[in-house]
Amino acid sequence: MNEVTESQKEIISEFTFFENWMDKYQYIIDLGRRMSPLSEEEKKNENKIKGCQSQVWLVCESKNERLLFRAISDAAIVSGLIAILLRIYSNKKPQDIIEAPIEFIEALELEQHLSATRSNGLSSMLDTIRAHAIQSIEKL
Amino acid sequence: MNLSFNEKNQIADNSQLELLRKDFPTINQEINKYPLVYLDSAASSQMPQQVIDEISRYQSQDHSNVHRGIHTLSHRATEVYETSRQNICEFINAKNTNEIIFTSGTTDSINLVANSYCKPKLDPSKKILISHLEHHSNIVPWQLICEQTGASLIVAPIDNNGEIITEQLIDMIDSNVVLVAISHISNALGSVTSLNKIIDAAHQHEVPVLVDGAQAISHMKIDIQALNADFYAFSGHKMLGPTGIGILYGKERLLEDMPPYQGGGDMILEVKFTGTVYNDLPYKFEAGTPNISGAAGLGAAIDYLNQAGMHNIEAHENILLNKMIADLQKVDGVELIGKAENQVAVQSFTIKDIHSHDIGTILDHQGIAIRTGHHCAMPVMEFFGLPGTARASLSIYNNEEDIDRFIKGLDKVIEIFA
Repeated sequence: MNEVTESQKEIISEFTFFENWMDKYQYIIDLGRRMSPLSEEEKKNENKIKGCQSQVWLVCESKNERLLFRAISDAAIVSGLIAILLRIYSNKKPQDIIEAPIEFIEALELEQHLSATRSNGLSSMLDTIRAHAIQSIEKL
Repeated sequence: MNLSFNEKNQIADNSQLELLRKDFPTINQEINKYPLVYLDSAASSQMPQQVIDEISRYQSQDHSNVHRGIHTLSHRATEVYETSRQNICEFINAKNTNEIIFTSGTTDSINLVANSYCKPKLDPSKKILISHLEHHSNIVPWQLICEQTGASLIVAPIDNNGEIITEQLIDMIDSNVVLVAISHISNALGSVTSLNKIIDAAHQHEVPVLVDGAQAISHMKIDIQALNADFYAFSGHKMLGPTGIGILYGKERLLEDMPPYQGGGDMILEVKFTGTVYNDLPYKFEAGTPNISGAAGLGAAIDYLNQAGMHNIEAHENILLNKMIADLQKVDGVELIGKAENQVAVQSFTIKDIHSHDIGTILDHQGIAIRTGHHCAMPVMEFFGLPGTARASLSIYNNEEDIDRFIKGLDKVIEIFA
């Protein structure tokens, strides 16, 4: 079983409990608040994801053939969405990252934040995660 | 339009404003299951049905090319295009239509002046003077030509209220300044520039002034001859018109002396490989087939603004802005950014410990549209030490209920982030 797909399923089932958008956002914001910050050194320009409205930094490390991602934003909702992305994609095998179809965006009704036309950096974050995965496979 | 106004120039009663609001199809819809509250007119104002209909009428009945056909449709297209120019000329009280150049918008207008008027006059001893309040469109075109010529871009300071320090700007003007380029109203903060003093001072040194009027044109009566600005730039989509069309007003004697900006069709009288004779004003600056339907829409937008009356619009928006400022100040944690004595249609603000992007997202979920971020004026944000602000901006179609919904929306933002 693809671990990325598995993580997506878990999160999708967690989100079915929310009855209204406010509760859902409250949860996303809480997820964001629990994220551990990046160091000032890690918040350098080359780790910054290009986005218009909020700033996002992403750090990628490779360990035991898995990719570990850490990231943070200066905006709370974006940080919460990052937490969701990291639960899905961090500590996963690059092959799984590349092969898993993206299901959670539609299921969680997050198109508003993660569709390519929104210039808030999150869709480029997804692209960056996938680019890291492709790069690490090419290195092998 | 069935709008009328009382003696105090206020829209006489709510039923009249409701009638006017019906003219704007975009604001009469639900967003995320709430009726839309549109408070982002400083980015783009909405179009009344009259503008949409005129664009559609032109596209379905008159569409062809201007200034070059013998056939009826080309005559009609030319008529539409030139009538719009006449309309704009009267709207800002320019001397004649030679002073009205169609462009694609404010940015295009500024680039035209930068390249055609300024660039030939620049060398390392020369300067362009702007203010710290400018948005990127009134910064980057000057940076580009300064880089190309070795001239310097000098920047007049602003104060903590978000106003240009007029005296200091005036002190920076000398005979080596080729142009002063300043906004009429700041897009990020809504502050109104003391143009009369600045223009008088610049003219004493025989320095012309370009005014970026994008944020002023739909909010106050512009009398370009009384203002005595040498260039005035504005965009259709911030004055109830469509995108992709804008205006450069220029004093005729300045425009006469300027070389063409871009080459192409319509800007020529005679082309030979040995040399080309350029067309007269205003066509000299309108290379290629223009945005004719945009001009049609802009003409209709001006008809609409004229019918409502610029003084009435100004009075109406002023009442709403005062209410918005007063109501915002009552919200816990709100800090107003920009507290100019003279402010029009815009209020920027922050909420303690809540990122502007988060404010905008939660408001959008309640059907409320505002702008968040740096408003394409990063130096202004840097001055206030902020990554961005939330900005609510007003237009003719906003009402008190919009402000009430907006404030309630902010209460919800604060509740969620508490």
